[in-house]
Amino acid sequence: MTAVMDAGATVWTEICAVSRIPIACGVGALLPDGEQVAIFRTTDEEILAIGNIDPISGAAVLSRGIVGDADGVPCVASPIYKERFDLRSGACLDDPDMSVPTYPVRVEAGVIYVGSA
Amino acid sequence: MSRTLVVVGNGMVGHRLVEAVRAEDTAGAWRVVVLAEEPRPAYDRVGLSSYVGTWDADTLTLAGSSYPDDDLVELRLGDAVVALDPDRKVVTTASGFEQDYDALVLATGSYPFVPPVPGHDLPGCFVYRTIDDLDAIKAAADHAREVTGRAAGAVIGGGLLGLEAAKALRDMGMSPHVIEMAPRLMPIQVDDGGGSLLKRLVEGLDVTVHAGTSTSEIGADRGRLLAKLGNGTELDLDLIVFSAGIRPRDELARTAGLDVGERGGVLVDDKCQTSDPSIYAIGEVAAVDGTCYGLVAPGYTMAEIVAAQLAAGNGDATFPGADMSTKLKLLGVDVASFGDAHATTEGSLEVVVNDAVAGTYKKLVVSDDTRTLLGGVLVGDASEYNTLRPLVGRELPGDPAAILSPAGESGIGGIGIEALPDEAQICSCNNVTKGRIKHAIGEEGCDTVPKLKACTSAGTGCGSCVTMLPKLLKSCGVEVSKSLCEHFSQSRAELFEIVAATRITTFSELIDRYGKGAGCAICKPAVASILASIAPVIGADKHILDGEQATLQDTNDRFLANMQRNGTYSVVPRVPGGEITPDKLIVLGEVAKDFGLYTKITGGQRIDLFGATVDQLPHIWKRLVDAGFESGHAYGKALRTVKSCVGSTWCRYGVQDSVGMAVELELRYRGLRSPHKLKSAVSGCARECAEARSKDFGIIATEKGWNLYVCGNGGMTPRHADLLASDVDSETLIRLIDRFLMFYIRTADRLQRTAPWLEELAGGLDHLREVIVDDKLGICDDLEAAMAKHVENYADEWQGVLADPDKLARFTSFVNAPGMPDPTISFREERQQKVPVLLGIPEVK
Ligand code: SRM
Ligand SMILES: Cc1cc2nc3c(=O)[nH]c(=O)nc-3n(C[C@H](O)[C@H](O)[C@H](O)COP(=O)(O)OP(=O)(O)OC[C@H]3O[C@@H](n4cnc5c(N)ncnc54)[C@H](O)[C@@H]3O)c2cc1C
Ligand code: SF4
Ligand code: FES
Repeated sequence: MTAVMDAGATVWTEICAVSRIPIACGVGALLPDGEQVAIFRTTDEEILAIGNIDPISGAAVLSRGIVGDADGVPCVASPIYKERFDLRSGACLDDPDMSVPTYPVRVEAGVIYVGSA
Repeated sequence: MSRTLVVVGNGMVGHRLVEAVRAEDTAGAWRVVVLAEEPRPAYDRVGLSSYVGTWDADTLTLAGSSYPDDDLVELRLGDAVVALDPDRKVVTTASGFEQDYDALVLATGSYPFVPPVPGHDLPGCFVYRTIDDLDAIKAAADHAREVTGRAAGAVIGGGLLGLEAAKALRDMGMSPHVIEMAPRLMPIQVDDGGGSLLKRLVEGLDVTVHAGTSTSEIGADRGRLLAKLGNGTELDLDLIVFSAGIRPRDELARTAGLDVGERGGVLVDDKCQTSDPSIYAIGEVAAVDGTCYGLVAPGYTMAEIVAAQLAAGNGDATFPGADMSTKLKLLGVDVASFGDAHATTEGSLEVVVNDAVAGTYKKLVVSDDTRTLLGGVLVGDASEYNTLRPLVGRELPGDPAAILSPAGESGIGGIGIEALPDEAQICSCNNVTKGRIKHAIGEEGCDTVPKLKACTSAGTGCGSCVTMLPKLLKSCGVEVSKSLCEHFSQSRAELFEIVAATRITTFSELIDRYGKGAGCAICKPAVASILASIAPVIGADKHILDGEQATLQDTNDRFLANMQRNGTYSVVPRVPGGEITPDKLIVLGEVAKDFGLYTKITGGQRIDLFGATVDQLPHIWKRLVDAGFESGHAYGKALRTVKSCVGSTWCRYGVQDSVGMAVELELRYRGLRSPHKLKSAVSGCARECAEARSKDFGIIATEKGWNLYVCGNGGMTPRHADLLASDVDSETLIRLIDRFLMFYIRTADRLQRTAPWLEELAGGLDHLREVIVDDKLGICDDLEAAMAKHVENYADEWQGVLADPDKLARFTSFVNAPGMPDPTISFREERQQKVPVLLGIPEVK
C-alpha cells in the first residue's frame, strides 16, 4: 500500500489501476488509518468512492453490491438488505436517516488514488 | 358502572361475539366473562383436520383468542357451566363458581351424535369435534401400531364431517372404512349421480366405502374391535370414529325452562333473543325461528347481530337466513353444492353432465323455463362454483348445458365474472358482494389483491374466493404493472422472448436497445438469469462470471457462496439426493476444521459450512473440488436440492428407488438458472417421507411408476403441489419435468416461484397439463431440446473459477492489500463452534 502526503494534509492512497475494476463494478480497499473504502467504476466511466461499511447491517460489504442508477443517480445496492446508496453523496436512497461517507478520488496515469484526511 | 355480559362457550362463534363486542363497545360499558368447557382458548374448528400431521395446536389458534391485554375480558377455561338460573340471573360452573350476569349469551355449539349401536361406548370408539378428540384418536392409533404393527380404523357416517374424519385417519397412515346408512356419500349435499362418482373417486384414495348399510353391533375382540354391518360384512378394527351428525347443546336452556326448537336447539327470534329477553343464543346451538345451522358463517352473522344490540345499541339488524352452499376438497376431491341442490322447487329441471372418463359430475337445477339458476352439484371439479353460486336466483347468461360443457377458452362455458350482478356475493365467509369489491377498486384505490383483502376482508376466511379477486381487478381495468423496474418496461417473460428472438448475449446491448439507464439490482440479476438460461440453447454458453456477466450478479452469485449477516460466506457443496459416502463426509469435516468453519446440516439434506471470508473461498473450494465436490448452487436462483427418502433399497415400505431417482434428477437439472430457486424431492411411497408435495416438482413412487406433483411450496406461503401425471415410467417422468421446468423458466415473472406462477397462469392446472402433457401449443419439442442443451453444457461453476486466474483475483477483501482479511469480522464461541459477533450493535459488558 502506498500513501502520498498532499499539501493540504489529505492523504492520497494508491488503490489500483482503473482497468482492474470492471465497468459497473466495485472493489474494496484499505486506507492507512484502517478505514475501508468501496471504489466504483460506473457505466459512464466515473470513478467514485464511498465508505465500505453498510450502516444498516454493519457489515463491510458495499464494494460487493450491484452498481446501477436510480433516476440517473449512480448508486450501489447493499448486498445484505438491498438499500441503495448514492455514489456521489453517500445518501441512502431508501432510508433518509442513513448515509455513508464519501471520499475524493484522483486518477493519474490510469491509476486510482483515494483521498482521506 | 359497567354491566356484565357472560358468554357460555368459547368456540368459534362465542369468540367472534367477544371480539365484536369489544370492537364496538368503545365506552367500556360491558365487562365480558367467558366461561369455557374446553381447556384451551377458541381455535379454528373448521380447520381441525389440518391438526393431523402438525399435531401443533398453536397452528389452529384464532387471532386474539386469549384476549391477552384486555382488562375487560375474563376467560375461564376448563370449567363448564352446569346450571343456569334465569330468575336470579346466575350461572354455576362445574367447579362451583357462580357468576351473575346482566346479559347472557349461549354459544355452546353442538355435540356429535352417537347412535345407540351396542358397543358404541367401548374403548376405541371416538367422536370428531375437538383437539382432544384428535389427540385421543392418535393415541389409539399409535398404541395399535405398537402392539400389532398396524392400525385399522373406520368412520361411521359418510357425510361431510365423516369424510373429513376419514381423511384424518388416512393422514395418520390408516386405510379407513366409511360406513354410510344412506345409499350414497354426502347424502345431504349431493345427489345419487354425484354420490356414486364421489364414491369412486374416494375409493381410489385408499378408502373403502360401505354405503346403504348400517353398523348393527360393535364387539370387543382380543384387544381389538369387531364391527358387524347390516349387510353381513365384519370388520376387524382398532378404532371407530362416529360422525353421524350433530345435535345442539341446548341442555342448559332446557333445564332452565327456556323454549327450545322442535328439532332441538335454543329457540331464538331473528335477533337471536331467547324466550328470556336477557338471554341470547348464537352459533350451532341456536335454532333461529326453529332452524339450526351447522356452519360457521351463519354463526358469525348471529354474533355480529347480538354484539350490535348489546354494544352498539343497534337493534335493527336481523338474521337474514343463511346460504348453506358448500365447497370442499374432501380427500383431495372437489365437492360443491349450492342453492336448491335436490331440485325441490316446484317444476324445477335438472341438467346433468356426467363425465366418467374425466371423473367429473356436474348438475344445474334450473327453473321450468330453464332460465333461472336454482342450485347445483359439482363433484370432481368445482372450479365453476365461484361463478355459479352468486347466480342462484338469477337469470343464467346462457343455455345451462352449454354452461356445463367446458367448450369455451375459459373452461366455464363463457360465463365470466362480468356476468355477475353487483349484488352477487363473492365472499360468503365475510358477506362481501361484487359491488363492494368494485367500490374498493374504483373509489378506495385498491389495485392489488392484498389491498383488496385488507380493505374489504374478502378472501380472509376459507380463502375459496381469492381466485375471484384478480379477475375482478382485471374486469375493472386495473392492470397490475408487469414492468421489471424503472429500466425495463417489459416483464421478465417478455424480456425472455426478446432475448430468445434477438439472441442478444449481453446486458449492455439489451438495455441499450430495449431499456434505459444503467440498470439496477432488480434488472441486472434477472437479465443475468435469462442470459444464463438461454446461453446453451443459442450456443453462447459461458461461465456466469465471464466478462460483464460478473457485474450483473448478486453478490452470492458473484462469489458463488451465500453472504451472511457479517459479510462472510457460507459454502454448500452439492450432495445429490442427500446421499453421501463416509469419505466425503470426512472431507467436509476436515475442511471445516482446517478453515475454522461453523457446520450445520441444512433443511435441504446437505451440509453448510459457515464463516468463510471472501479470501478463503477459493482455497476451501480447491480442497472440495479435489475431493470430487461441486457447487451446490445454494446461492443461485437455480436448482437447489432434490431431497430423497431412503426408498425401496432399505425401507420396508418403499416401492421404487427414490434415492436413485433423486440423484438422477439432481444431476440432470443442476446448474439450471431459473426465475427463482427450484426445489424437488422424491419419496419412495405414499408415506411421503421426503415431503415431495411441498416442492416445485415432487415425485412420489407408486406400485406402477411415479406420480409427478408440481408447483408446491414450503416457505412463507405453503402450497401443496398438484398432481400433474400419475403412474408414469421413469423416462416419461423426466420428459415431463424437462418440459415443465423450461415452460416455467420461459414464462414466469422475476422471483416468482412455481406456486404463485401456477396461481396466475390463465387456465391454471388444466392449461398447464394441456401444454406439458398433451402438447397443445406444440412447443414440447422445443422445451425438451432446450433442456437437452442445458444438460449437455453443464459444467461446475467452481471448477471454472479455480481454472481462471482473472476470476480468482476477485476473491479478495482489499485490492490494495490482497490476502488481508476484513478486520471488522470477528467471532465468538457458542455450543463449541464459532459464530459471528453481531455487527453494529455495541457489546454490553
Ligand atoms: C441453509 C438453509 C437453512 C438451514 O440451515 O437449514 C437455508 C438458508 C437460507 N434460506 Fe432457506 N434455507 C434452507 C432451506 C429452506 C427450505 C427447506 C427445503 O428446501 O426443503 C425452505 C422451504 C422450502 C421452500 O423453499 O419452498 C426454505 C425457504 C426459504 C425462503 C422462502 C421461499 C418461499 O418461496 O417462500 C427464503 C426466502 C427467499 O428465497 O426469498 C429462503 C432464503 C434463505 C436464505 C438464502 C436467506 C438469505 O438470503 O440469507 C438463507 C441463506 C442460505 C445460506 O446458506 O446462507 N429460504 N429454505 C437451508 C438450505 C438448504 C440447502 O441445502 O440448500
Ligand atoms: C371437523 C370439522 C370440520 C368443519 N368444517 C366446516 C367447514 O368447512 N365450514 C363450516 O362452515 N363449518 C365447518 N364445521 C362446523 C363449524 O366448526 C361449526 O359450525 C362452528 O365451530 C360452530 O361454532 P360454535 O361456536 O357455535 O360452536 P363450537 O365451535 O362447537 O363451540 C362451542 C364451545 O362451547 C363449549 N361448551 C359447550 N357447552 C358448554 C358449557 N355448558 N359450558 C362451557 N362451555 C361449553 C364447547 O366445549 C365448545 O368449545 C366443521 C366442524 C368440524 C368438527
Ligand atoms: S416415503 Fe420413503 S422412507 Fe418413507 S416410508 Fe415410503 S419408502 Fe420408506
Ligand atoms: S368465501 Fe371464504 S374467504 Fe371468501
